[in-house]
Amino acid sequence: MTPQLEIQLIAVVTAAACAIPGTFLVLRRMAMLTDAISHSILPGIVIAFFITHDLASPLLVVAAAVMGVITVWLVESIFQTGNLRQDAAIGLVFPALFSIGVILIAQHAGHVHLDLDAVLMGELAFAPFDRMIIAGTDVGPKSLWVMTAILLLNIAVITAFYKELTIAAFDQGLASLLGIRPTLIHYSFMALVSITVVGAFDAVGSILVIALFIAPPATAWLFTDRLAVMIGAGTGIGAAAAILGYQMAHALDASISGSMATVAGILFAVGFLIAPEYGVVAKWHRRREQMLRARIRMLVVHLLHHETKDLRDEERWVSTLHQHLTWDADVTRRTVYEARAAGLVQIDDGDLRLTDTGLEKARLAMTEF
Amino acid sequence: MDFFHDLIFDYTVRTVSLGTILIGATSGVLGSFAVLRRQSLLGDAVSHCALPGVALAFLLTGRKDLMVLLTGAGLTGWLGAQLVTQIDKRTRIAYDGALGLVLAVFFGFGLVVLTFIQKMPNASQAGLDKFLFGQAATMLERDVITIAVLGAVAMILTGLFWKEWKLISFDPEYAQGLGWRVSMLDASLMSCLVLAVVLGLQSVGVVLMSAMIVAPAAAARQWTDRLAPMVAIAAAIGAISGLSGAWVSAETARMPTGPAIVLVAAAAVVLSLAFGSSRGLVWTWIRIRQRRSGVRVEQLLLAFFNLANQHEDPFEPRELALVKIVDMGRVERDDLLGLLEARGWLVRVGASHWALTETGIEIARSLEERRARIAREP
Amino acid sequence: MTIGHPHVPSAETAIHIEDLTVAYQEQPVLWDIDLDVPPGILMAIVGPNGAGKTTLIRTLLGLIKPLAGHVYIFGRKIDEQRGLVGYVPQRSGLDWDFPVNVLDVVMMGSYGALGLIRRPGKAERLQALEALERVGMEAFAGRHIGRLSGGQQQRVLIARALVQDANVYLMDEPFQGVDAVTERAIVALLKDMRAAGKTVVVVHHDLQTVPEYFDQVALLNVRCIAAGPVATVFTEERLRATYGGRTAFIPGLGVSHSNE
Repeated sequence: MTPQLEIQLIAVVTAAACAIPGTFLVLRRMAMLTDAISHSILPGIVIAFFITHDLASPLLVVAAAVMGVITVWLVESIFQTGNLRQDAAIGLVFPALFSIGVILIAQHAGHVHLDLDAVLMGELAFAPFDRMIIAGTDVGPKSLWVMTAILLLNIAVITAFYKELTIAAFDQGLASLLGIRPTLIHYSFMALVSITVVGAFDAVGSILVIALFIAPPATAWLFTDRLAVMIGAGTGIGAAAAILGYQMAHALDASISGSMATVAGILFAVGFLIAPEYGVVAKWHRRREQMLRARIRMLVVHLLHHETKDLRDEERWVSTLHQHLTWDADVTRRTVYEARAAGLVQIDDGDLRLTDTGLEKARLAMTEF
Repeated sequence: MDFFHDLIFDYTVRTVSLGTILIGATSGVLGSFAVLRRQSLLGDAVSHCALPGVALAFLLTGRKDLMVLLTGAGLTGWLGAQLVTQIDKRTRIAYDGALGLVLAVFFGFGLVVLTFIQKMPNASQAGLDKFLFGQAATMLERDVITIAVLGAVAMILTGLFWKEWKLISFDPEYAQGLGWRVSMLDASLMSCLVLAVVLGLQSVGVVLMSAMIVAPAAAARQWTDRLAPMVAIAAAIGAISGLSGAWVSAETARMPTGPAIVLVAAAAVVLSLAFGSSRGLVWTWIRIRQRRSGVRVEQLLLAFFNLANQHEDPFEPRELALVKIVDMGRVERDDLLGLLEARGWLVRVGASHWALTETGIEIARSLEERRARIAREP
Repeated sequence: MTIGHPHVPSAETAIHIEDLTVAYQEQPVLWDIDLDVPPGILMAIVGPNGAGKTTLIRTLLGLIKPLAGHVYIFGRKIDEQRGLVGYVPQRSGLDWDFPVNVLDVVMMGSYGALGLIRRPGKAERLQALEALERVGMEAFAGRHIGRLSGGQQQRVLIARALVQDANVYLMDEPFQGVDAVTERAIVALLKDMRAAGKTVVVVHHDLQTVPEYFDQVALLNVRCIAAGPVATVFTEERLRATYGGRTAFIPGLGVSHSNE
């Protein structure tokens, strides 16, 4: 496999691994915990590194998981004091922890290349150079193996605890009733998120991790109401962002992580605009339709109750309707013509009057309230 | 101390300190409004969104002076904030999702532009990096002047629009009912917040900026129940954090300024949560303990009383060892004995004997009666 | 329902509503409302939940744009009459943890008259204290609003509106969750206001007290079923038409109803 292919493969696997827990975070309105955890795990990693002196040690992953849980616990505790809201608690805890990490690095690890740049930005470009050697054989880039393992872990956990996770996510009361401990599930889930984050940001940097956790699931949410579909679509969209992002980085000779994040954003923007039911354009159309239909209904009811002598010619009925209903000329005309197209009104020699269908509709509308 | 001498006479120390003080104060003021309006993490989002602005400003103008970069940062920061609001309003994506999405995408795009710049023949990234990590140590005097001016603008606007911002933060519908253009006032507040964030990037950098918005305000809220004092205290805490961070960083080897400032601010929050007027956790704990120790005092007194009732002479001194209360440690017991003695209900006789006084017996009797009465009530 | 031409709105009618329709998506929340509120009376607006009562108040204030129809306050549109309309919103929508005290909130009522940027001064402070006296809360001026009971909070919001010295007051469920003492105090205050010639329109949730507290009533369920003096309008038949369920109205003893 060429390095280029390997990079994209790593990115795709990472995107998939992030989309799964990301979906739950977005749905539960905890998306910013990704931002928080991806920064607050730093001191854990640094301390683990001081112990093992090995950037590749699994202790780092464990430390990250622990830090993630600690972060969530700290935020909860501060919130429970009743003196600070949850978003403020998050905005406080992660910078404090990150600061501790940075200070630890500056004080003790200056001579080792624990590069902050790499931590934040990650450099996928180097990933193919870090090989996994088993029994003397090169079986591929290490990141690929790590992320695949994490992806499988995510799939396993989510599948095994699918019901518990969804119930605990959406109905804590029901969960306790069923004997599911929401707190336990919550913290275990956060541990999973932390593990995924630390694995991913070794490969792609913390910013792309956040982007991959949030953007593809959010985009998917604009297209579907079903959780399973949302997870699948999120994975697909994340993979697309990975591949297209790579192409963009290649073309511009720029940051790979940054490009992937940018493309993820572009894909969201597309969904934001064109998603068939929840996209902005669709909503706008729907609202116009609804307003038109509401106005037509008002029109026929109004015609039911008012004498025709006011509706002799277009000029007159435009101005009368304006007076009664405060519709300006354009809106009035449009409504009337749409009503005519729907067979509800007719215009004979300029007179505006109801058709039989229109009459029926008006009577129906009156009885509805 | 060296530092305070340097503060006046050393160019670098003076400049950096002044800069971090001004930034801290501005963040405190605008952060107060952000936190009260539940927009705490907006600071985090805006700071990340500022990156592409900085990079693009340099790319398009070729200049690295502060005003140019700040303008770019401000524009993309503001744009990001608007997008967050739009996504939150128009889609099913919640506020936090919108925040995370916008901040990650904008920052990622910023990285693209940055790395693109890196490839350019004679461009150096050095000046742009400081926005990422906040290298306060490289602040120049003219930077501080810029900060002072822009900070002053933010403060003046806060003063001018004080009652407007207060009302739209508390009851925007009522404000609309009065005929105010709430969306415009909102925009003015948002712009000042963006300004504060963008200024702050130089001292603490993108990642840590959210703390400078949240911490002083969160700390200040614990000390007062009114807006003006809260904002003033937040400004003070922000300024002191800035100064202290600069001090610690100057006095300690290998101590980066940004994290130092943030940890001071975080410590301020912890102290405020613990000791802040009446809401403080320490006072709450003490009140609980006081109520508890009131019960404990009664328990101890009644234990003596019960013992006394088993004998003919109630005033006879009893050996302390005979008086037992379940799970009362020695320290607490001695403490409470001192309390009872001070109240004149017990008197110490010799090394380890205590006796009830007349008052003590009376009190104990009425306590018993009251307890019996309460026990009888349905 | 108007037959014929809409008449020029009289400058003497406190609130004149004509053909008002407000829709949310496709569903009408208010449909073809015609309502005249004469000056100097206390009017209750009642109806089942979701009937559009709050929407009506908010539309009167200009917070919502109607799909059709007009609203006139003393013959002019709301935008020209801001100073004449006072608003008392529902308590539940506010952040009672916000760092302001009672006096701060009441002084907000003077903000409209002050205009942009001008700071409230001694005169405004005095007005606020007077308003607090009228609601019996002057002793609480310095108290943080989070430490008030429901009834006290309600009185503070009313005081805020009183500062505006408006002619028309719109109140959204001011008696909701309020203790009996406060309720009596508020009713007494409303009657004082009426005596002073003010017009007060109240979204009210308790049918039983309508005849006792109010002069007129509007029965609202998307349409305006009926409006006018309590004696003529507040009948079992009309209530049944409004609530759609079974209504037991015992004259003099009160009303109970069940919704379907």
